[in-house]
Amino acid sequence: MSEALLQSALNGAHSDGFVRVEELGVQGMITLRGDFASAGFAAAVEKVTGLALPAQRKISIGENATVAWMSPDELLVLVDYASVDATVAALTEGLAGEHALVANVSDARAFFRLSGDDGAVRDVMAKVAPVDFSPEAFGPGDIRRTRLAQVAGAFWSPEPGVMQVICFRSVAQYAFDLLRISSETGGEVGHLG
Amino acid sequence: MSTRLSSGGRLLNKGKQISFAFNGKQFQGFEGDTLASALLANDQMLVGRSFKYHRPRGIVASGAEEPNALVGLGMGSKFEPNQRATTTELFDGLNCTSQNHWPSLEFDIGAINNKMARFLPAGFYYKTFMAPRAAWKHLFEPIVRQSAGLGAAPKDRDADRYEHYYAFFDVVVIGGGVAGLQSALAAAKAGAKVLLMEQTAHWGGRAPVDGGSIDGAPVDDFIAAALAELKGMENVTLRTRMMGSGVYDHGYMLGYERLTDHTPDMAGPRHRLWRIRAKQIVTATGAIERPLSFAGNDIPGVMLAGALRDYVVNYGVSAGDRVVVVTNNDDAYRTALALKEHGLEVPVLLDARPEGAGALADEARAAGIRVENGKAIAKVQGGKRVTGVAICNQSGEGAVLEEIAADAVAMSGGWSPVVHLWSHCGGKLTWDDAQAHFRPDNSRPPLGADGQGFVKVAGAANGEFGLNAIMADATAVGIAAAEAAGITAATKLAAPAAESAAEANPAAVWLMPQGAGPALRMKAFLDYQNDVKVSDVMLAAQEGYESVEHTKRYTTLGMATDQGKLSNINGLATLAHSLNVDIPQVGTTTFRPPYTPISLGAIAGEARDEIFQPLRRTPIHDWHEEQGAFFEPVGHWRRPYCFPRKGETHAQAVSREINQTREALGLLDASTLGKIIVKGPDAGKFLDMLYTNMMSTLKPGKCRYGLMCNENGFLVDDGVVARIDEDTFLCHTTTGGADRIHGHMEDWLQCEWWDWKVYTANVTEEYAQIAVVGPKAREVLEKLGGMDVSKEGLKFMEWADGELAGIPVRAYRISFSGELSYEIAVPASLGRALWDKLLEAGAEFNVMPYGTEALHVMRAEKGFIMIGDETDGTVIPQDLNMQWAISKKKEDFLGKRAQMRTHMADPNRWKLVGLETLDGSVLPDGAYVPAGGTNANGQRNTQGRVTSTYHSPTLGKGIAMALVHNGPDRMGEVLEIPGTDGKTYKARICDPVFYDKDGEKQNV
Repeated sequence: MSEALLQSALNGAHSDGFVRVEELGVQGMITLRGDFASAGFAAAVEKVTGLALPAQRKISIGENATVAWMSPDELLVLVDYASVDATVAALTEGLAGEHALVANVSDARAFFRLSGDDGAVRDVMAKVAPVDFSPEAFGPGDIRRTRLAQVAGAFWSPEPGVMQVICFRSVAQYAFDLLRISSETGGEVGHLG
Repeated sequence: MSTRLSSGGRLLNKGKQISFAFNGKQFQGFEGDTLASALLANDQMLVGRSFKYHRPRGIVASGAEEPNALVGLGMGSKFEPNQRATTTELFDGLNCTSQNHWPSLEFDIGAINNKMARFLPAGFYYKTFMAPRAAWKHLFEPIVRQSAGLGAAPKDRDADRYEHYYAFFDVVVIGGGVAGLQSALAAAKAGAKVLLMEQTAHWGGRAPVDGGSIDGAPVDDFIAAALAELKGMENVTLRTRMMGSGVYDHGYMLGYERLTDHTPDMAGPRHRLWRIRAKQIVTATGAIERPLSFAGNDIPGVMLAGALRDYVVNYGVSAGDRVVVVTNNDDAYRTALALKEHGLEVPVLLDARPEGAGALADEARAAGIRVENGKAIAKVQGGKRVTGVAICNQSGEGAVLEEIAADAVAMSGGWSPVVHLWSHCGGKLTWDDAQAHFRPDNSRPPLGADGQGFVKVAGAANGEFGLNAIMADATAVGIAAAEAAGITAATKLAAPAAESAAEANPAAVWLMPQGAGPALRMKAFLDYQNDVKVSDVMLAAQEGYESVEHTKRYTTLGMATDQGKLSNINGLATLAHSLNVDIPQVGTTTFRPPYTPISLGAIAGEARDEIFQPLRRTPIHDWHEEQGAFFEPVGHWRRPYCFPRKGETHAQAVSREINQTREALGLLDASTLGKIIVKGPDAGKFLDMLYTNMMSTLKPGKCRYGLMCNENGFLVDDGVVARIDEDTFLCHTTTGGADRIHGHMEDWLQCEWWDWKVYTANVTEEYAQIAVVGPKAREVLEKLGGMDVSKEGLKFMEWADGELAGIPVRAYRISFSGELSYEIAVPASLGRALWDKLLEAGAEFNVMPYGTEALHVMRAEKGFIMIGDETDGTVIPQDLNMQWAISKKKEDFLGKRAQMRTHMADPNRWKLVGLETLDGSVLPDGAYVPAGGTNANGQRNTQGRVTSTYHSPTLGKGIAMALVHNGPDRMGEVLEIPGTDGKTYKARICDPVFYDKDGEKQNV
């Protein structure tokens, strides 16, 4: 019964400036720490997600799971919210012999999607994150774990014209307001777009 | 008088007239005007009063270097002081006022200072306001405050918004003149990703005004072609109205983009601060003309020769019908020729050089201009505007040879390369004796992390003044910048051939005439904005100021909002001359960002109003807001302090919440508590090091309270640790400690015990945590149903996973209030749902949510310490009588060694006790307990201080905790504690556990 009671951080808030910003609702997320050099670790990740370990600052997007590089010993695994517990269990089982940590962090996060003209989406992001958003420096398969103005955040672009952004749940309203104001009509930069 | 000409005005759209107001007077200008050109077109020569002497001042320059024409721009929430008229684009409805005058610009009482000028010499403030001491506050300061300062501070909230923008380039070229355009082209053609920025709205810089030809065609053709080509290139970004504000380490630089200053009603941010990472920076910032130092060089109508030319050519505005030109270099001849060409009179051109100018002199003479070599201005005549000039020999002392009627003076003391951005990050300068200016020393550029230079200079900024030399330099620098950025050109752009008139070298003229006596020197201004004269710098030198930095501060030369753009070189040359040393020996003052003032809004960026600072919200925050909770900040969180009901004071609300919790049932949103998973084969060993007590012996399913110290022995955090399984612990931290303690853990794991097998994860926000507290706590949970929370099923200091009302939870049976208490952790997305269910189920017990104040009072009644109240970074567990929480079995833990040091083991350390007031009143927070006598500073000795103090509704009196010298040995003693309200409180030392010492209430 608990599914019906679920409340994401902002209940799907959205805004339409020169880029659309929307909160995406609950998303399964798992923090996975371990030794990337261990064959057993990589094998367990691949067995559960179907994906190989992503390289530094890369994200692998699969059919049922996405795996993002977070640090030299940390990954973020994204799956449907409903299948988090099963994935956590499968990873824990697969990593039984390894020194690793698997933690469900789905509820600790807020998840946003920016969409619109690809250059405009990049321009909005470039207002809040100290990252080179030019297409040659940041394309599909890239992820950055950095800050969104004053709060921690991470983002990747699954396809042109779309940016997925995550931050901590407690600052969801700040992050949303930040992205909403940064994409207000009149604030177009016209640099990357 | 100054007026609009029928010719000239290349930047104007004469088809569009614009209205604006200056000091309430309505004027007309054209689209394309700057405020300065429009004021001149309306014969508004007088634009402000000077800072110190309140002398009448007019427009001197045509660009960012303008010292005089500062206005208060806009009204109310759009008001901004100290805006330069020369860089303010005219827009319809512009409203501005002049500054530093009272009661009016035309009649100013402060001008009396001018008559007193000889009593206001260099260092006046330092000399005058020394004694008597009391006079400063009551006499001097009010007067100085009244008379000092240029613009008024805005009173209203800024109506505009601002933003930052991060950008990355191979090569950033600052300055969109012909050199900047050519450098950008050269770098871009090599394949570099290039940003070219120009601070004005127009490309091409001075070249279209100065003339000459590139590839046999007028410079305008080159500019148009270069722009067209740059616009067509994918790898090039062009921005106008964007100033290179500062250059910093590692190729970081700021670009200040003014988006709506020229159309204030346009939507969008007003300014955008570009935070740029560049592999290479090219400064093509041109040069600034220097004034000449002669008596009366500040009278409205005396202008820089180049500026006068700009106003005629760019804006079709003349500063006067009869303009005397005075110069030490060839460039000013161009002004004379331009004036002539536009039908204005140049009665005489005074060239301070005995040998005069090169080819341009012939041109001038051919145009019928009277050119006098070796001549100078003895003084300018006039008050609020120029009426004439007295001419003398440059080599003499100022004996007047001739007086000539004139209504404007065009002066040129030579051109100084704009080296600011080159110098910001350490680029060095070299003195060019022939050109009499400082230019960048290209062998000593600002160095990046790799030890290589990351700034290059092109064109006039590099000390190159002939058009051909500029184009050659700009081309080479552009190519070199691309190469230094790691891009080698397949084909290198060739420099175009350019032609401009050959020029003779300027002469170094720092005073006019060179033998000017005191009377003339006192009217020869170096720094217009701060009223510093030649005589002031000479006096400073006489008084022993040899360092240019000291002289600057003593005389205030170059310390105004223009940062001495016109005055610095003249000032330091005057200082060198007075000290009888060479100019390079004196050197320059330090060039610091920003190049010209940038708005505070741009620096703050988007951070205002709702996104001024992130506000952290728990999953139950909205409910608290709906209830009208009174919030208190806890880190970036807002936690409910209490939930006042209608007509209730906060104190009444807190008492009600406590009473109901102790009697029946209370709920606390404890979601902000830190929660950190610590996992691995070495997790137990790790926690044994981190906590003072033993954690490795904790059994799965159990909880234990622990203290955490830093390596200096001081308490940094506390909380309950739950063992999840053999390898896994969950550590609760204080609200403020969550991120800090996680960082502390990672610090030790990554830097010291890197071979220990431990991983941590901060899962603070994964869970909402609700404390269900009070005698009815079990009943309400059983009502929700789903798991065993009975006395035996979930014992005190145990935890269990389960379900409540169908919601997955982890229940910890722990108590910070002394009551029967469960803390229920629930996935954050279900936090509000569980809260609502608890409220519903608790209704029959009259459940009441309680806030942080009730939490504090209840823990104090129980004698529980609070990190941040009983601790302040200097308190060790022993001070708090918590030896019971310090393991004696462990070989080591963080803080152990420190706590054995003599000062830490000293029996004289203040120790924790309880205090109860004799009359039931509440002790003042943070009050000190005085002891007899005074210390070395004459202050009363102290013997303790109050760390927590509350009214306890449970006990009906004031209770407190305090750290007191020998406290635990002084039970029953009455202390006298003075408050800040003049009262002295009496309190008895007692056990800090005021309530249910045996813990019977929580063990049910």
